[in-house]
Amino acid sequence: MARMKFLCDAERCIECNGCVTACKQENEVPWGVNRRRVVTMNEGVPGQRAISVACMHCSDAPCMAVCPVDCFYHTDEGLVLHDKDMCIGCGYCFYACPFGAPQFPQEGAFGVRGKMDKCTFCAGGPEPDFSEAEFKQYGRNRLAEGKLPACAEMCSTKALLGGDGDMIADIYRDRVLRRGKGAEVWGWATAYKVPPGKGTPPPAAAGGSKS
Amino acid sequence: MNIRSVSSVAILAAAGAMALVLSGCGERPQAVSYHQGSYSGKPDTPPYSDPPWNGNKQQWEDDMRQRVQNQNEYKRIGG
Repeated sequence: MARMKFLCDAERCIECNGCVTACKQENEVPWGVNRRRVVTMNEGVPGQRAISVACMHCSDAPCMAVCPVDCFYHTDEGLVLHDKDMCIGCGYCFYACPFGAPQFPQEGAFGVRGKMDKCTFCAGGPEPDFSEAEFKQYGRNRLAEGKLPACAEMCSTKALLGGDGDMIADIYRDRVLRRGKGAEVWGWATAYKVPPGKGTPPPAAAGGSKS
Repeated sequence: MNIRSVSSVAILAAAGAMALVLSGCGERPQAVSYHQGSYSGKPDTPPYSDPPWNGNKQQWEDDMRQRVQNQNEYKRIGG
């Protein structure tokens, strides 16, 4: 198996935030911490898109490179996980990450920064599998249950794909080839195209407009 | 220096240059691997170490591949 990756299809994402909710619910993520969020681009203008963003589990992760206590590790599945018992909450990983994945719970009246929390690809952490300690610190270990991350599996339009990088790339490629490009993506042909042999063609197509 | 030695030096230089140029086409393996104890934290167990896989990595990967295909509606409900 190659590396576990997420892939968000911006053409399909309807910005429902179902992935965010699924992640919150599945891992009982504390208030103020968003392991996953939906980002809107070009808001209010034609071509507006939304994508769901979380830890991308980089192959050459900058958070790993900058961590002063070396609390990150790569699993065989290519996931970037960390040991919260080692984390000192310095925030270097937050500055290093281009996706803003590392999150820090604000605790106390003076906003004391807690230990870093981030998407685990629903793979738990370095605690015994299915233990209470693992769930409390890292969330549910769905990978050890033979399941994929809750966000991807809950996505209603299947915009968010999760799993083996090669396989989800194949799914995405197949999808793009079938839906075509341009107006086809927007559903223009589905809505207005007259099927061959049915109905009457519009006047413009029948021989020009009448004045 | 005779012509023969000059040509052999030229051939050697060309071979060296060729090796240097072709080394740029090499590809480093991008698949990462987990090395126990290579970081400062606690060791972790692989996801296939628990029942029902009990360490059978191949079976776990096959099951995961099948699961991933559930995200492909063209295959799940037919195109």
